Amino acid sequence: MSELFSKKNKEVFFNPLGVNNPVTVQVLGICSALAVTAQLEPAIVMGLSVTVIVAFANVIISLIRNTIPNRIRIIVQLVVVAALVTIVSEILKAFAYDVSVQLSVYVGLIITNCILMGRLEAFAMQNGPWESFLDGIGNGLGYAKILVIVAFFRELLGAGTLFGFRIIPEAAYEAGYMNNGLMLMPPMALVICACIIWYQRAHNKELQEK
Amino acid sequence: MKALRNYLDKIKPNFEEGGKFHAFRSVFDGFETFFYVPNTTSKTGTNIHDAIDSKRIMSIVVIALVPALLFGMYNIGYQHFNAAGLEAGFVEMFGYGLLATLPKIIVSYVVGLGIEFTVAQWKGEEIHEGFLVSGILIPMIVPVGCPLWMLAIATAFSVIFAKEVFGGTGMNVFNVALIARAFLFFAYPTVMSGDAVWVATDSILGLGADIDGYTAATSLGIASTAVEASAYPPFSMDMITGLIPGSIGETSVIAIAIGAVILLWTGVASWKTMGSVFVGGIVMGLVFNVAGPDTAMANMPWYEHLVLGGFCFGAVFMATDPVTSARTETGKYIFGFLVGAMAIIIRVLNPGYPEGMMLAILLMNVFAPLIDYCVIQSNISRRMNRAKLK
Repeated sequence: MSELFSKKNKEVFFNPLGVNNPVTVQVLGICSALAVTAQLEPAIVMGLSVTVIVAFANVIISLIRNTIPNRIRIIVQLVVVAALVTIVSEILKAFAYDVSVQLSVYVGLIITNCILMGRLEAFAMQNGPWESFLDGIGNGLGYAKILVIVAFFRELLGAGTLFGFRIIPEAAYEAGYMNNGLMLMPPMALVICACIIWYQRAHNKELQEK
Repeated sequence: MKALRNYLDKIKPNFEEGGKFHAFRSVFDGFETFFYVPNTTSKTGTNIHDAIDSKRIMSIVVIALVPALLFGMYNIGYQHFNAAGLEAGFVEMFGYGLLATLPKIIVSYVVGLGIEFTVAQWKGEEIHEGFLVSGILIPMIVPVGCPLWMLAIATAFSVIFAKEVFGGTGMNVFNVALIARAFLFFAYPTVMSGDAVWVATDSILGLGADIDGYTAATSLGIASTAVEASAYPPFSMDMITGLIPGSIGETSVIAIAIGAVILLWTGVASWKTMGSVFVGGIVMGLVFNVAGPDTAMANMPWYEHLVLGGFCFGAVFMATDPVTSARTETGKYIFGFLVGAMAIIIRVLNPGYPEGMMLAILLMNVFAPLIDYCVIQSNISRRMNRAKLK
């Protein structure tokens, strides 16, 4: 048991949430962070989908890593990812149809999410299935965390709601407050991402370049 | 003036090393060098010294903006009393406009300078003077109906994200005042465009009257929504004098021309940039007159395009911004021409944006470094060819 949660494994799991976050430090997966974060609900679903797919793709690739011929490894990885994406996409259509309509093509485009190929190439090809699983969950959650933060600000300031419920009171609107339409446009997601990166780097000396 | 100098000399020790207000030295330096040209010069590098520094340049631009600002104030009052159907004299009209505009100017300066001072203090640098001009430009390019809190947010956004993150005054890619306007335009479209925002409809401190449901479109707004292809507003002298609805400072061609003369006479703005913006506008306007789509906007005569909306204001005060426009001499012609042409193209071909000047200048701000690069490279290769042995 102590083997399963060794110090190294904890780092594998927790680093992507903080100092090695795939979005804010490695700047991967930005496109979907812009596309699905106008509301909180699709952002969470997207984050969880990516988490599940990265975790299981990591495990599968890690199990067969010694049998994959090196020259066709990318195509093998793609097949595994594509299969998982299709499964997740079908599950979403069956059980969360509204959200899957909102996410539209972006579920399918998880295949091209740079985080996935990055983790498979950089981690799962060299490590055992359990470490790979932790790494996948950690990276997926690190990605989901940023999506949720961005979506929180965009939905709150852009629409005045969270999960579709009105948060900013009617009285504020009557007093002249207005929703910020720019928040619903993709450029603002970049600005919020930039603010998160700014905050993170200001608080973490290791991330600052000389 | 002597008294001011004496006062500054008296309080100066407090801000020097060991003084009790040492933490606020950058604020003091900022004010002292604003009032008096410092007698120290840079010690390193090769520099051309003349009597002017960036604070003096900024002051001249602000002076050049004053005619347009004063006329804008008068025009706000004129439009308001016209809409209310009330008789009013010059003083009442001007007073009303002053009361409507002054809070915007104060908010813009307090927010913008507040951020600049905080950042300068925080980084331990001198206060940059760039916001002197931006602070007065921002209230002049918004409609009179723009609420103060929106203005404050837009100013804060543009100072932080368009200027400070790029490294402060002189390092910004985009014109700071235009970023504030673009932010407002996309974030709060209902108060930045349409028919109901261009004329003040509230009484202020007892001046004027509350008007309900009054709408007045700008001339460009009328032309962009016109159904018939010849339904653009006819050219009138009011478009030159500026007694038409529009953003606060942009309406009067005459007042802007006075500003242009000041800028060109003092050499602060480049006549190459300014002139080629107008050339670009004229050429593109003529092209659309002759071969454009059959819409009111395209059929509008080229000279009307130039006097309406923010074209003049943008050409004189914003396209000539020395930081964000092209810096090479040839590049200035190209930059200006493209700004003018692009503004008319956006106006005519995109019915969603009846005013294209803001977007045209911001777009060309991005291309200015590329224009400079190409000009310099072609210069280098031409001289290399000349230097080759025959």
